[in-house]
Amino acid sequence: MRWNLLSEFEPILLANIHREHSHTLRVYEEQGGYRSLKRVLADQPREAFRDLIKGSALRGRGGAGFPCGLKWTFLPENHPGPVYFCLNADESEPGTFNNRILMEEDPHQVLEGLILSCYATKAATAYIYLRYEYPLAYKHLQSAIDELYAAGYLGDGVCGSEFSLNIYLHRGAAAYICGEETGLIESLEGRRAWPRIKPPFPAVEGAFRKPTVVNNVETAACVKQIADRGVDWFRSLGTPPDPNNPRDPGSFGPKLYCLSGHVEKPGCYEAPLGITVSELINDFGGGVWKGRKAKAAVPGGISMGLLTADELDCKLDFSGPGKYGCLGLGTAAVVVLDETVSIVDFLHNTCRFFAHESCGQCTPCREGTSWSLKMLDRIRAGQGRLLDLDLLLEIGDFIGIMPGTTICGLADGAAWPIKNAIRKFRDEFEEYIKRTNPTGYMETSPPLALELHSIH
Amino acid sequence: MAIVLIDGQEIEIGDDERLNGIQVAARAGVEVPHYCWHPGLSVVASCRMCLVETGKRDADSGEISMLPKLVPGCQTPARDGTVFVTDSEKVRQARAMVEEDLLIRHPVDCPICDKAGECHLQDYHFEHGRPERRADIKPFHSRRRELGETVTLFVDRCVMCTRCVRFTREVSGDAELMVVHRGAHEEIDVFPGFPLENKLSGNVVDLCPVGALGDLDFLYSQRVWFMKQHASVCAGCSTGCSIQVEENQDRIHRLKPRENPHVNQWWMCDEGRYGWKYVHDNARCLAPQQKTEGAWQPLDWSDAPAVLHAALSGENCSPENSPPKNSNPKKRRLAAVLSPFLTVEEAYLLATYIRQYDENAVLALGRIPQAGADESFPNGFTIRAEKCPNRRGVEMLLSALTGDVLSWESFLEQAAETPFDAVWITGGYPPVNGNDGAGEDVASEEEKSLATELPAGLASSTLIVQDLFDSALWRQADIQLPSAAFVERSGSFVNAGNRLQSFEWAIRPPAGVMTEGQLYWRLLDRDGLYNARRVLEDVAREHIAFAAASGEIPATGRDLLLNQLV
Ligand SMILES: Cc1cc2nc3c(=O)[nH]c(=O)nc-3n(C[C@H](O)[C@H](O)[C@H](O)COP(=O)(O)O)c2cc1C
Ligand code: SF4
Ligand code: SF4
Ligand code: SF4
Ligand code: FES
Repeated sequence: MRWNLLSEFEPILLANIHREHSHTLRVYEEQGGYRSLKRVLADQPREAFRDLIKGSALRGRGGAGFPCGLKWTFLPENHPGPVYFCLNADESEPGTFNNRILMEEDPHQVLEGLILSCYATKAATAYIYLRYEYPLAYKHLQSAIDELYAAGYLGDGVCGSEFSLNIYLHRGAAAYICGEETGLIESLEGRRAWPRIKPPFPAVEGAFRKPTVVNNVETAACVKQIADRGVDWFRSLGTPPDPNNPRDPGSFGPKLYCLSGHVEKPGCYEAPLGITVSELINDFGGGVWKGRKAKAAVPGGISMGLLTADELDCKLDFSGPGKYGCLGLGTAAVVVLDETVSIVDFLHNTCRFFAHESCGQCTPCREGTSWSLKMLDRIRAGQGRLLDLDLLLEIGDFIGIMPGTTICGLADGAAWPIKNAIRKFRDEFEEYIKRTNPTGYMETSPPLALELHSIH
Repeated sequence: MAIVLIDGQEIEIGDDERLNGIQVAARAGVEVPHYCWHPGLSVVASCRMCLVETGKRDADSGEISMLPKLVPGCQTPARDGTVFVTDSEKVRQARAMVEEDLLIRHPVDCPICDKAGECHLQDYHFEHGRPERRADIKPFHSRRRELGETVTLFVDRCVMCTRCVRFTREVSGDAELMVVHRGAHEEIDVFPGFPLENKLSGNVVDLCPVGALGDLDFLYSQRVWFMKQHASVCAGCSTGCSIQVEENQDRIHRLKPRENPHVNQWWMCDEGRYGWKYVHDNARCLAPQQKTEGAWQPLDWSDAPAVLHAALSGENCSPENSPPKNSNPKKRRLAAVLSPFLTVEEAYLLATYIRQYDENAVLALGRIPQAGADESFPNGFTIRAEKCPNRRGVEMLLSALTGDVLSWESFLEQAAETPFDAVWITGGYPPVNGNDGAGEDVASEEEKSLATELPAGLASSTLIVQDLFDSALWRQADIQLPSAAFVERSGSFVNAGNRLQSFEWAIRPPAGVMTEGQLYWRLLDRDGLYNARRVLEDVAREHIAFAAASGEIPATGRDLLLNQLV
């Protein structure tokens, strides 16, 4: 089914958010909240509920789009336990704020999804790893958890069933890398958020060396909605699998899109997976800011790379951005760059972010991110050389788990903007370098470094 | 049995062997360069120097399918059918990139870097790096700060392999070292007020693949290429770590552990590592002397056989003639004290010599220096309280020869009851004010009193004392024979775990000193130069307890209890 007028799509995940006191248990229950939880606990065995989610083909909303039910089945059968559940609420991808809206405005939707997910995975302990810089989310989540304990939804025997669950709210360590699932686990255990080498994957050996599921906040909200509305509803939204690709599980369900940058109405919008970038900009965002033209857009958080103005018909589903050379859908956070933006500045800012956030374990990521930043510093200081562009591309092609040179995906996220920006906007970079360094742009000998750029 | 393919070469590995790509490649004679991986530490796979291509060979069809990505060899297990390619263009490119990355912020101050000549960054860069620099050149910057009393950090030379950090967490257990800051700003550091001070601290310097960690004891004392390496055994305690003595022109510059899975894995303690200073101490006894009519006379080594003959038998013989053998017409009562610092071979030769004069000569075990209690570390490494290398070896020999082990204390009691006519006492103990390398005085009360008082019961005997340093015993001796330090001697020690390790001398003794082995060899009229190997063969043939010591002794030693029913 296609919606002709997208803005007429009835929001599901965001249905509750504008109500007064939407974050309270009272309002949530008035809207039918926790009914599904009670029903599932009362008459759906956990295996059946797990298979339901598996059948929905729900894919994780945290960035990688891994099928949620499939991840749950990776937990070892008959493990003596405990099994841990980590709800990834570290949301730090630039441009992304959908988890924040859910946690601040409708924490119970997230918690109901979390309780259902724990039921399906036999987890009796759940940690919510919350981005430190979200004080309101912290407040609302904590009060919601307190309400749940008081009302018997948490603790021993959830809603009078055999199932027991405790939820702990953990504030993060204020670093992007804490959102990577194994960095999150290390941080949760009280260590530096240095991602772990895999295998073993968290489902086999995660938090405290026990089987652990890590899911995103929005994924949990989707679990709750599937419990409410069923698989058929969920699969009626989004993009079906590509018949030519037997490994494509499709992109079903509603999605929260974060729209920011040069648009008239930035915000978090809900629509089915698979709308196009221009639909999002025009139907929801009211068009590019001040009637200007878009020059480029980030499809799903800056680590996904860049789309040019000609590529804005890109579909925002799990396979869409890849067709345009981007890394993937990521968090579906679209950042619009209008025609006044210098792509050199954009890339510089992006590189600054990743050099700052690289955890520093892997040589290629640690040095590659800082080297690319230093090169862009120099280019912007009017000392660029054309050769730098090839070097930047070489770094971009070398770092990441895709070429196999790093432990986690941060390096891929650092590489893609470099690759996309230079490959898609090379003329602009060359013009910039020639204009700002008219006498030296052809130099090939190693240049003297600028004063060390402090990124602390 | 499993077959692994390394660059097309088939390598067999045992079914229960768990090897990674680096290790199987080494079996094939192929070196996979690596920084962060170390066989004695956990795997972090972060430096990415060991990237290789991997795949699988189908058991039935023999078809090989390769993974598109590179993988770290250190993290990739070798199983039956695993394929590794370490010499492809892709692998070469990856190594070149990692090397280029590591040099971006590196000072490359090799001329003033202790590691130069044995630096992995130098060697790998030479072999796998790019010939030209492409990164921006930044001004030379090489900060230094002390991490503790033993180790200094050249901050900017670090390649962030975290070996040192993991060592203090996993092996020594005190976790003093940590990584501070993030990304390219990362540095190794200690928490303020909690310096690196554990008894294994020196190992982090050996572990460091580059010149970031410097050993304050060794720093700037020698360029590594001037030193020669000699396999040896530490005499610091009865663990008997396998070590490597590094010297130039008979001066030691440092000791390093030598890998031995049965004894010390890859480590040694600071006490042993820095405890060799007495070898070059000016206070060492260097001149053999004899007391004639109460006055000291220099003793020429060539006269020693006749002088010692006279001292033991009470019969004079002219220095020109070699002393008659087995002649003890006066039936003098003799004793020899075999120090736990003697090698098995030396103890055997001395015992044989004494018993030529008195077949019932009393043989006793020398004093056993003790300090504190055994100390074990998280990975099992143990520093023993018994501060001597060969108590087991001498004990086993004594039981074989006398059916019993007479301790130093019991020996003194015996001597007090019925004094001996002549006693030969061997020493070789480090000086009594010897410290444990960390500056702590570890001399026991007994050691201190030995330095000043002669034990009762020895006063009336003719005393032959062979030792490294001055003591009451030494001063009361009738014949003083300077002894050689462990690094100057050859032979075998048996450690607390009954493992016999043989070693050759690493440096020559100072002028004036004749090594124990050489002296005894000469006293026994054997031909040529002292040959520890031949002596050990005799011991192994004659005494069942040493049977396992026949034949070539491997570099990691041999378990003497092997094949014995005990
Ligand atoms: C550098 C990096 C940062 C990440 N940050 C987040 C994050 O902030 N929130 C999140 O949910 N997932 C993040 N992820 C993805 C997680 O590793 C993980 O895939 C996800 O939480 C799984 O949840 P899902 O299956 O529900 O998507 C990050 C991944 C990487 C490589
Ligand atoms: S890829 Fe980067 S962020 Fe990820 S573990 Fe390696 S150094 Fe850390
Ligand atoms: S660490 Fe190696 S490369 Fe660096 S200065 Fe020392 S010797 Fe040179
Ligand atoms: S100081 Fe040496 S051992 Fe420690 S992390 Fe740096 S390079 Fe590795
Ligand atoms: S040795 Fe394998 S990654 Fe460092």
